[in-house]
Amino acid sequence: MLYDERVDGALPTVDRALLIQSLRDALPDLQLLCRDEDLKPYECDGLAAYRTVPLLVVLPERVDQVQVVLQICHRLTVPVVARGAGTGLSGGAMPLAKGVLLVMARLNRILEVSPQGRFARVQPGVRNLSISQAAAPYGLYYAPDPSSQIACTIGGNVAENAGGVHCLKYGLTVHNILKLEVLTVAGERLTLGSDALDSPGFDLLALFTGSEGMLGIVTEVTVRLLPKPPVARVLLASFDRVEDAARSVAHIIAAGIIPGGLEMMDNLAIRAAEDFIHAGYPVEAAAILLCELDGVEADVQEDCERVAALFTQAGACEVRLACNEAQRARFWAGRKNAFPAVGRLSPDYYCMDGTIPRRELPYVLVRISEMAREHGLRVANVFHAGDGNMHPLILFDANRPGELERAESLGGKILELCVAVGGSITGEHGVGREKINQMCAQFTHDELRVFHAVKAAFDPQGLLNPGKNIPTLHRCAEFGALHVHHGQLPFPALERF
Amino acid sequence: MDADQDASQALLDQVRQALDAGTPLCIQGSGSKAVIGHAVHGQVLDTRGHRGIVSYDPTELVLTARAGTPLRDIEAALQDNGQMLPCEPPHLGPGATLGGMVAAGLSGPRRPWAGSVRDFVLGTQVITGQGSLLRFGGQVMKNVAGYDLSRLLAGSFGCLGVLTEVSLKVLPVPRHCVSLRLGMDRSQALAELTRWGAQPLPLSGACHDGQALFVRLEGGEGSVASARQRLGGECVDGEFWTQLREQRLAFFTQGSEPLWRVSVPLATGELDLPGRQWLDWAGAQRWLRTDAPAHVIHRIAEQARGHALCLTPGQAHYPPLSEPLMRYHRSLKAQLDPKRIFNPGRLYPDL
Repeated sequence: MLYDERVDGALPTVDRALLIQSLRDALPDLQLLCRDEDLKPYECDGLAAYRTVPLLVVLPERVDQVQVVLQICHRLTVPVVARGAGTGLSGGAMPLAKGVLLVMARLNRILEVSPQGRFARVQPGVRNLSISQAAAPYGLYYAPDPSSQIACTIGGNVAENAGGVHCLKYGLTVHNILKLEVLTVAGERLTLGSDALDSPGFDLLALFTGSEGMLGIVTEVTVRLLPKPPVARVLLASFDRVEDAARSVAHIIAAGIIPGGLEMMDNLAIRAAEDFIHAGYPVEAAAILLCELDGVEADVQEDCERVAALFTQAGACEVRLACNEAQRARFWAGRKNAFPAVGRLSPDYYCMDGTIPRRELPYVLVRISEMAREHGLRVANVFHAGDGNMHPLILFDANRPGELERAESLGGKILELCVAVGGSITGEHGVGREKINQMCAQFTHDELRVFHAVKAAFDPQGLLNPGKNIPTLHRCAEFGALHVHHGQLPFPALERF
Repeated sequence: MDADQDASQALLDQVRQALDAGTPLCIQGSGSKAVIGHAVHGQVLDTRGHRGIVSYDPTELVLTARAGTPLRDIEAALQDNGQMLPCEPPHLGPGATLGGMVAAGLSGPRRPWAGSVRDFVLGTQVITGQGSLLRFGGQVMKNVAGYDLSRLLAGSFGCLGVLTEVSLKVLPVPRHCVSLRLGMDRSQALAELTRWGAQPLPLSGACHDGQALFVRLEGGEGSVASARQRLGGECVDGEFWTQLREQRLAFFTQGSEPLWRVSVPLATGELDLPGRQWLDWAGAQRWLRTDAPAHVIHRIAEQARGHALCLTPGQAHYPPLSEPLMRYHRSLKAQLDPKRIFNPGRLYPDL
């Protein structure tokens, strides 16, 4: 999975000494790391299985430094990989041996919080959670809440179009930002979007969101803030059959209720979470659903009653309403710690991120368990049931010969299954480096050519984050065909995190 | 022309002929939004033969339809299932199509609370400048594979390709809805709206006609009732919002002055705009009827950190883009429509 010039495209040869000298001459106060022991901590992001020591690391503290770094790299034809907090799960910030790693985490100032205008203007290195913390005194918050929100930066959120557990009701990053200040590969400043609710010209704000650092570098983000719902309640429903749980989700939607969060866990995930967190989950259940309803008291009360009735109708064997804030937090803690909980069951696990139309859930879960059996592996399923985003966790032991390969093969087959039922290979983690080959299964060559054309409009030399997000046609010719016909792709394994 | 049918091959053939001949195409549905932007001189590519809802599963909250499908058919199908297009797109004509709705990217009174057209676009099928029929995005809520071409195409006025099919996220119609009229002047209304905006009120519409503030409350029974009690005022017919959305109110239909739309940040105070004003979107969208010269309107909008657009036929004045931004627009156009056959000049002369 490391950059392979044979199939990912040749990278320019960099005169490292000249680059370092040019940066030091132009920016004497820029922190620049170039010794091996300093570079080592930056060799991977949240996808820790794949590591490359970068050519060098720069840690700018001001936008003008970022601009000069880009100008110099552009002039010397040096690839640049941007990185926030490095929490991404798809290797989107994996460094290049022939490229500069541009760490944006020190641009971490909240520039403005406007309670009247309901926006916050922040630098890209500001952590997701700290935006909501800064807005809290005004009764406002920033809605997208990826599970890494305590650490991940808003710049990274924009690059990945990050989601979270409240997406169905409150949307993704793209729905919650107003304006971006970006620098192009040549170091030109652009403003995308505006302080108003729309802006003239093409919607480049939408195009840049989720573009994984391939089109430009985000230097400032204006996010929308929402009034915090005064009440949030959580229902926990247990089911003897996964199909019943899936059906109840459809019934809730059909009844016109959009929950703030709607999460499903299967038996293995329930047991793992209960063992770890003691959330009070029913360990005999085939599946549980956690349904959070938020809003004003009267509506939430009404919705809770309706949802509880729908759960029972769909065959729930038990429905519990968190009776206080502590119990609500405990119900959620089990779900939010599902990944590390599953990590305790197995030396290694591999987290998938496919999306499917919800109606396909029973079929997809049956197929996953059949395929898991064929591969001699166990899979725990955690599912954003409201929006169709699955996180199957494949358990394996990399120290046992052949097990990693079997996990990789199973992972590939699960993603193919998602595409086959009309879904996508990634709902919120991004393509990055991890799913670069699966892109060949999701898109045709002509569609990939359009992506390359978009890239060429902003970065004709391909210097920004080469090798990520969009595969070369050469790579697809070599790996895509293999993937589709034999399912034998090398596939990354995630370490526990 | 009224029957559902897949005419994508005919559209593709016409695009390929235009590519071969280097003839510009004027992409058109019913022409309901023809007054917006500059006139396009080219062979008409009529999308209306390519129509019909391809799939709609209310429990998935996703509807997929061909670009030529009349918007009224889509709204009727949604209504039958208690659902709606939350962005409340203006039709501006009886035959408005889905393709036109997405290409124009116009949103109705619910915009500040629910989101814009592009916020609800999940996927598209599009004929590209290479003469291929391709798919981007999909029919799922979350999908971050590849660049978000679908949302880029929303509001691009057909300048980057021909939309042939769109998948939209839809939502349930709120259980309760009340519209109120509150007598107060414009500056008081703006101040109240700013205050209310930071509170969890079930607002889904707020406009001011010069004399009174009109608000719409949507949500559960309890939240609507308590907000109604709190805000006071008198109840009015909810049809008002449709009249506003369709620009059928006297403000829009009477008088001969050009119609302008000024988009400004939320919580912007009174603006010293010449002419008659109507506030919508809780003040973030201001309609204006004025004979004042374009540069005056643009300047006022810009000073308020917003932008203005003239919507009277023949007067389309898009606000200028900054030089580097325009250059990247041209570059994107050149990459996606290298032969410049898709609605050339509709948005800007160079695009």
